Amino acid sequence: MSKQINVALIGNPNTGKTSVFNALTGLNQKVGNYPGITVDKKEGVCKLSRNLKAHIIDLPGTYSINASSIDENVVVELLLNKNDKDYPDVAVIVSDVENLKRNLLLFTQIKDLKIPSILVINMADRMKRKGISLNIPLLEEKLHTKIAVVSTRKNEGISELKALIEDYRNISTEPCLDTSTIDNTYFESLKKTFPDQELYKLWLVICQDVNFGKVDRNAPDISEFKTKSESDIKRLQQKETIKRYQFINNVLKEGQTIDKSKATDLRSRFDRVLTHKVWGYVIFFAILLLIFQAIYDWASVPMDFIDASFASLADWVKEVLPAGVFTNLLAEGVVAGIGGVVIFIPQIAFLFLFISVLEESGYMSRVVFLMDRVMRRFGLSGKSVVPLISGTACAIPAVMATRNIESWKERLITILVTPFTTCSARLPVYLIIIALVIPEGSFLGFSYQALTLMLLYILGFGSAVFAAYILNKVLKTKSKSFFVIEMPSYKVPLLKNVGLTVLEKTKTFVFEAGKIILAISIILWVLASYGPGDFNNAETIVTAENPNLSEVELEDEIASFKLEHSYIGIVGKAIEPAIKPLGYDWKIGIGLVTSFAAREVFVGTLATIYSVGSANDNEDEDTIKSKMAAETYSNGAKVFTLASGISLLLFYAFAMQCMSTLAIVKRETKSWKWPIIQLIGMSAIAYIIALIAFQFLK
Amino acid sequence: MSCSIADLKKGERGIITDSSSDSIPLKLLEMGCLPGNEVTLLQLAPFADPMYLNVNGSHLAIRKETAALILIDKIDE
Repeated sequence: MSKQINVALIGNPNTGKTSVFNALTGLNQKVGNYPGITVDKKEGVCKLSRNLKAHIIDLPGTYSINASSIDENVVVELLLNKNDKDYPDVAVIVSDVENLKRNLLLFTQIKDLKIPSILVINMADRMKRKGISLNIPLLEEKLHTKIAVVSTRKNEGISELKALIEDYRNISTEPCLDTSTIDNTYFESLKKTFPDQELYKLWLVICQDVNFGKVDRNAPDISEFKTKSESDIKRLQQKETIKRYQFINNVLKEGQTIDKSKATDLRSRFDRVLTHKVWGYVIFFAILLLIFQAIYDWASVPMDFIDASFASLADWVKEVLPAGVFTNLLAEGVVAGIGGVVIFIPQIAFLFLFISVLEESGYMSRVVFLMDRVMRRFGLSGKSVVPLISGTACAIPAVMATRNIESWKERLITILVTPFTTCSARLPVYLIIIALVIPEGSFLGFSYQALTLMLLYILGFGSAVFAAYILNKVLKTKSKSFFVIEMPSYKVPLLKNVGLTVLEKTKTFVFEAGKIILAISIILWVLASYGPGDFNNAETIVTAENPNLSEVELEDEIASFKLEHSYIGIVGKAIEPAIKPLGYDWKIGIGLVTSFAAREVFVGTLATIYSVGSANDNEDEDTIKSKMAAETYSNGAKVFTLASGISLLLFYAFAMQCMSTLAIVKRETKSWKWPIIQLIGMSAIAYIIALIAFQFLK
Repeated sequence: MSCSIADLKKGERGIITDSSSDSIPLKLLEMGCLPGNEVTLLQLAPFADPMYLNVNGSHLAIRKETAALILIDKIDE
């Protein structure tokens, strides 16, 4: 049997830690959650030799082990808890060759915890361009470690790294800094109180408890030992940082030479354009426009194909399987439901592709820099731009992406307004309704339909910003305004990283959304296929009322009578009076009700309802769109007109219809107050605006 | 003359003399904002805020109000 060791990948953000992780594990990786918190836990397996495997954890990026966010706290808690099943046998600290000095700060801290530590110097391919040369044997000696010089871009150094991990028992655990030199008297007394404990670990526990409260981690109980105030502790932390930098400066003075004359400065040339007062904004908006064009235009080809494929799949199921309840459930409930999920894939993939490229290239930080001042006017931070943009994919990761916003008030406002941005769950609703009610044709090369979609996106951002402005005035929370962002160097995104991100995010989204949609589709189908009273005598009643109809017409009549008197029909009829002023009939009403679980259910719901409600199964390939276009009121007027279409678009633009987002907001704000405010506030706005729009347009 | 990072003009440099204000978060110190380190102002966003700096070889951006807390000696070119 082969042995397995735990390896923790640790590093500053922007050091290419994830690339190293991808290079080591390839597709042998999975993303989960740390218990109780919503921090992504990435782990994978790498085969080192015939009988040794490495279980690798990619820990969240952090600048030091003095954590300031829950993501960073994950790192500290793991390193402090020897009983954790993931406690590393060896730590691999990934550093970026251009920022070695700053990266080594974290390295010395982890080294001082006496965990065998390997230093990876990544992005070695940039050394020449930056005029950097390193004396590796000297650095290894001074830092008491082994070093792997790696270039994930050129795929160099990975096998050397694997060999070092395999040989982890031979790595020295000698510390870099003698902790007691930070403050002799304080640490001497600490040592006396806890003679059997590691001094540096004790010190970390003290700092940690100040910021995060006590966590059960099997560490010594230090509650008895409180001789310092919070600001004294911070002063000591500052002293520690200075001491560490002194050590690092001494090491690098001998181990690293930088010949500035050989360095090419691409960064400042790019910065001059991308953060320019005018061009910076022009380029940013051009990129946004490109993203929308891609979502609408390029994604429509695979989407039409998926839509048609599922329509013919449903027909095929009905033809091949024997007629009966089960076949109906499969064709009308399950297939229609899954089709409603799969159709998202092209757009979600495109969105995550763009977002991942923008982040990987280093461009996103420039946008944050450019937008900070503007966003602050509305009570937001420059860092709110990232959640607002990724909110166009899904509000759930977007709300989690607010964690690096330092000011609580700015963060809270960002969380509250993010659901206004047009998430991909709104897209299928928008797309199908735009296709139904907005005429074809073009203006300056952009189709009316694409422009409508763009307007809806602008409306989403606009209402987010406007809501933020109001909240900033209303909320009384006082909190320190603070902001710091690293400006990473520009890089060509690695195809492998982008590909894996897109794959991973799309997969998660489809499965998470898929579960809900599938369940709701089946429930809906049952509710639409059965009913009380008149439902069961449909044939007799309809035949008696319409004695002169042909057989086909009669069948249609019976089918819609049945739907109207099914359980779901009864629910829909009950809410019809409330939504009639908005221009919706009871079938759309059912869609609205199910949408409160998740918006994307709307299209699937209508698909299920309309396939149950039509008797002509032998017609070829009925797409959802053609079914909706054919939908009429009893007097022959179309259900989906410009007025009711616009009203629906606006309702979906504003309404808070996503249980998962509400749940995540509750978790991130630690209170039900904010998600409830979101739900009620946004839905009320949606109702009023849709009402005004319909009454005005009809 | 004693001044702060907020007083720098684009392209100017200085040596940090004091960053001990309680309002400066530890994170900023860990990123290299410590006495003795050199700081260069690389870029300014519109309205001169935030400020894009090179501190001790690290590239980062901070708001003007924080920059005003970090004292420096200007280096005259």
